[in-house]
Amino acid sequence: MSIFDGLRFRKVFSPIHNLDPRIKFIYVIAIFVVAILFFQIIPLLILFVMQVPFVLLARVQRQWLRSLRGAAFLATFIFVVNVGTTYFTSGYVLTAFNVENAAAMTLRFVVLVESFSVFFLTTSPDHLGLALEESRVPYEFAFAFTTAVRFVPVLAEEAQTIMDAQKARGLELEKGGLLKRIRNYVPVLIPLIVSAIRRSLELAEAMESRAWGATKKRTNLYLLKLHKGDYALLAITVGILLAAVYVHFFVPIPTISQLL
Amino acid sequence: MIEAKDIYYSYSNKVEALRGISLTIQDGEFVAIMGQNGAGKSTLIKHFNGLIKPSKGTVRVDGLETTKSSVASLARNVGFVFQNPDHQLFSETVEEEIAFALKNFGFKPEVIEQRVTWALNLLSLTQYRKTSPFLLSGGERKRVALASVLAWDPSTLVLDEPTIGQDHEQKEKLRQFIIQMQTQKKTVVIVTHDVEFVAECNPRVVLMKEGKIVADGVGKEILTDPALLELSSIVLPQIAQVFTKLSLLGFPKDVIDIYEAKQIILKIKESKQGR
Repeated sequence: MSIFDGLRFRKVFSPIHNLDPRIKFIYVIAIFVVAILFFQIIPLLILFVMQVPFVLLARVQRQWLRSLRGAAFLATFIFVVNVGTTYFTSGYVLTAFNVENAAAMTLRFVVLVESFSVFFLTTSPDHLGLALEESRVPYEFAFAFTTAVRFVPVLAEEAQTIMDAQKARGLELEKGGLLKRIRNYVPVLIPLIVSAIRRSLELAEAMESRAWGATKKRTNLYLLKLHKGDYALLAITVGILLAAVYVHFFVPIPTISQLL
Repeated sequence: MIEAKDIYYSYSNKVEALRGISLTIQDGEFVAIMGQNGAGKSTLIKHFNGLIKPSKGTVRVDGLETTKSSVASLARNVGFVFQNPDHQLFSETVEEEIAFALKNFGFKPEVIEQRVTWALNLLSLTQYRKTSPFLLSGGERKRVALASVLAWDPSTLVLDEPTIGQDHEQKEKLRQFIIQMQTQKKTVVIVTHDVEFVAECNPRVVLMKEGKIVADGVGKEILTDPALLELSSIVLPQIAQVFTKLSLLGFPKDVIDIYEAKQIILKIKESKQGR
């Protein structure tokens, strides 16, 4: 469940937390695009390192590391599958180039996880909802989205309790072959889904009893406004995008094996 | 027998839930663990079947150290019923729900059939045998959860908040049931906030606060100690409240049982009439 920990917002005051969520989101999407643009390891490494100052500035390094640890399993999986497929399709030869390629693919995934992790760690669900609303997303959808984000850690905690309850009845999750292991999770998933549905119905009732949706036109107490920092981040984002596009088309990128 | 020796436990968020707990629960004992929210009660009982392993110190259950045994092997002897039945119900019928643990423990089909019938009967659920557990009321679901643990007849039973959401009749049945377990020399550990229920049962009471045990003794002594209970945000049982207030008039303080209270009052009345 540690991967969820890396997405959970914690209230800290830092320059990154104060940034406008819309600009931060544009930044994350830009990183996403750049990560997809390159399949060589060097630019992806640069991209990875570039996030570190943001993490340090936001003082969320511990949670951020935890989310990376949570992604480690999937990252290993991606690496192994990539090396494996090239190994089998290229006639059972393992080249340094192939390994590097697989590492690049893995790094691409890690970059995506880290940038989204920074975004969710430093953006409160309230701000997120506000950003959606001000981007003309209907309030119902914005609300549903923020509620979903807010309930992820709650569900993760609940999943843990359910696993404990079933383990106490002799369920061994790690027992048996792959298919059996997947089936082992049925006694965990059903109570989790049932309770999520039950919870959502209760939430709906609680909301309606507090007059949710009574007025058609809502106003907000807080409004998002762009500050100096936001313009700076926007400039950085545009800079990164332009640089990336330029490098992608006009600069030949060497691989590490070529450099050595 | 459950033996906890100087155990410490911290959750991943660095909250120290247990800070040096030593506790021995003998076979056949009935123990109520009480204390305010966040005192570490649930954390403590999860050590008894190995769901949580101590960060420091040791827990032995029937001589087995929990750090060296799997939850499944410990659970065979320690049945644990969670507070919220919805965290475990998943089967299509009540019958299958109860058979789930029996299958996990590798009982034979004939035995499973027999045990399921026995457990259904014990908790008056026979009429719901083929019903979906999700269609039952809250109290009934709680009984299904209890039945699903009792079915494998563990020698120790741990109940987390068993009286929540139960009407008086069901509470009384639960009390009778615990007495029955006692006669079979089974160990029963409950975690509860329900003082009146504890007062009626009069078990050994372990009082916790901030991850430590602050008192451990007979229910009658602990539940009549106002200073101690206030420390743990627990109110005295109503009878004890009355008798504490009357103690200036020479009434005994340590009364939590209705029958005993009645006897004392009758005796005073008789002596007044005799004069």
